Amino acid sequence: MSNFVSEFKTRATEKSGDVRLRQFIRKALSGYEVARDKRKGAFQSWESARQAAAETKWEAINHLDTHLESLVAKLGARGTKVHWASTGEQAREIIAQILRDKKARSIIKSKAMTSEEIHLNHALEKEGFTVVESDLGEFIVQLRHEAPYHIVFPSMHLTRDEIRDLFQKELGDAPSNTPEDLTMVARRVMRQKYLTADVGFTGGNFAIAETGMISITENEGNARLTAALPKTMITLMGIEKVLPRFSDLALFLPMLATAGAGQPMTCYNTMYSGPRQPGECDGPEEWHVVLLDNRRTELLADAEQRDALHCIRCGACLNVCPIFRNVGGHTYGTTYSGPVGAVITPHLRGLQDWKHLSNASSLCGACTEACPVKIDLHHHLLQNRRNASASQPAFFEKLAYQIFGIVANEPKFWWLAKKIGWFTQPLQRAVKGFALDPAKAWTKTRDLPPQPRESFKDWWRNRQ
Amino acid sequence: MSERENILGRIREALKVSAPLPGSHGETAAHTHTESPASHAREWLPSVGASIEEQFALFAKNAADLKADFQLLASRDEFPAALKKIAIAEKWSRIASHDGELSNFASQSLGLPVLLTDKGYDVQALEKCDAGITECDALVAQTGGVVVTSRSTGGRALTVLPPHHVVVARREQLVADLPAAFALLQKQYAPDFPSMISFITGPSRTGDIERILVLGAHGPKKLTILCF
Repeated sequence: MSNFVSEFKTRATEKSGDVRLRQFIRKALSGYEVARDKRKGAFQSWESARQAAAETKWEAINHLDTHLESLVAKLGARGTKVHWASTGEQAREIIAQILRDKKARSIIKSKAMTSEEIHLNHALEKEGFTVVESDLGEFIVQLRHEAPYHIVFPSMHLTRDEIRDLFQKELGDAPSNTPEDLTMVARRVMRQKYLTADVGFTGGNFAIAETGMISITENEGNARLTAALPKTMITLMGIEKVLPRFSDLALFLPMLATAGAGQPMTCYNTMYSGPRQPGECDGPEEWHVVLLDNRRTELLADAEQRDALHCIRCGACLNVCPIFRNVGGHTYGTTYSGPVGAVITPHLRGLQDWKHLSNASSLCGACTEACPVKIDLHHHLLQNRRNASASQPAFFEKLAYQIFGIVANEPKFWWLAKKIGWFTQPLQRAVKGFALDPAKAWTKTRDLPPQPRESFKDWWRNRQ
Repeated sequence: MSERENILGRIREALKVSAPLPGSHGETAAHTHTESPASHAREWLPSVGASIEEQFALFAKNAADLKADFQLLASRDEFPAALKKIAIAEKWSRIASHDGELSNFASQSLGLPVLLTDKGYDVQALEKCDAGITECDALVAQTGGVVVTSRSTGGRALTVLPPHHVVVARREQLVADLPAAFALLQKQYAPDFPSMISFITGPSRTGDIERILVLGAHGPKKLTILCF
């Protein structure tokens, strides 16, 4: 068993046993569900909007080369420097080189999952740069030296008391445990950092091929400030974020807000088309956009699962997933958790190491139903299972099914198995879940219903 | 070969096999849109009402839900009094604004020192201002939000750095929905867009602590929209 699997199992067991945490998460997510359903209900047709969003993304991804070329030509024409990175390592080096060239020391960062994906903070800190996360949730998990719990709600696993204690310990400032006071502590800490940082770093939610823009969605205003005050701005974004047209945002912005947080519209949706232009009074003198592949083209090459690149990172599939709700975000050990993480991580990091995530699913399909761009998530989980066993068959599982096939095909064997079952099941119950139980891994947390005295076949015969 | 060519090469190689259309489960089709699939968004987004009165009522309701303060005034002569009331209540001592017919009228009516950002400004001085008074490009009835740009409303920071953002607007700036707002921006600016266009929908907020709403995370704690 690989390390990734055993770590996943250990963490899943631990987290799903933490009743307090589970209740806490469930409460937070049920509030989300109420708000989301209200906003979805306000749409004249959420379903038509989903279909159009899926088709728009289909068009974007299936003509990705032309859209990217248009995007970078337009960005470049207004003085933006565009960089291409095939790997996380290349992206880290491009960003570090910009910082060295600018003789930068301090970087203020707004939320970017792509930077988590390439472990950017760690690399930059190792080179001696100071990196501060400005999104409140990201700031909190940065102080705790841990990864975001959720792609949209990074600190949703922490209580106000835990955050107060953290601020007291790390910042020496926490007047009370109310969310308001704690938010104001972060506001005070961050204010001067926007004004004095050498470089502002952001992610991107959408890139517009038609007009050469990058659109950033946020509630706090931290990305707005990050993109306004420092002299240099760097934006890191996956190549799949492209939308064909400016007007497509009229559909995608409210859908992202609704699916992601149950809001009609996120507080700030901002489209950047260049560094400070002639006649403008502020904004960065230089803007660097780093386009990241990092094996997205491998996912693109899988036509069957290509639609996973339609993902707009709203987190809706995480919020409704019974597995995510019970094992939590950190258990996955991946940048992208939940159903979409289970689908794409095998492509981004290797199928055999990460196939277990596709097994950690009840295939209930809640994720597919929640997805605003109609990614066929639960079928992709099944396809991952199929692909994993095709490339590396599970010997014992195969053997077990072959034996079952023989037994089930032959009435005499079936009859015999039934008889054996009648007297072995009570014996099994005595050792259930203990070392003596041959099916321990399965039965430890599950009950097999008792075998009925009368089989269906007997019952049918008798009733005639 | 550059990384650009490497990545584009891998993309072209991958796209040689076509993918099934969304919802089609398997069958594929050559699908080229002449218009965007999203071009009918207006028919699916939340409805806005047909008359201008309905749309103003919707804007007011949405703004209230967002905890923004929206005041519909009878004429622009009422701006000074409305502003004065806020200035006294919040003890403003200096404000920031930008050069514009309406914003000048509003910001100068208070008799307070005004920092104009248009010709360049000291960012520490802007940070110390109690409010930023700006115009806007549009009010969006569908969302209860406003549209600002780096060119028309005093740069990137003015609308987000001071703790209170006051927008002064004219009734005719109301657009019904998001598709109309994007069409307006395209008509107004394309192809030479301002380097920043921002849809501001309510005052800055966060829910990162126990998913409880707190206003004024990093941007303005208050958003006031005065419209005549």
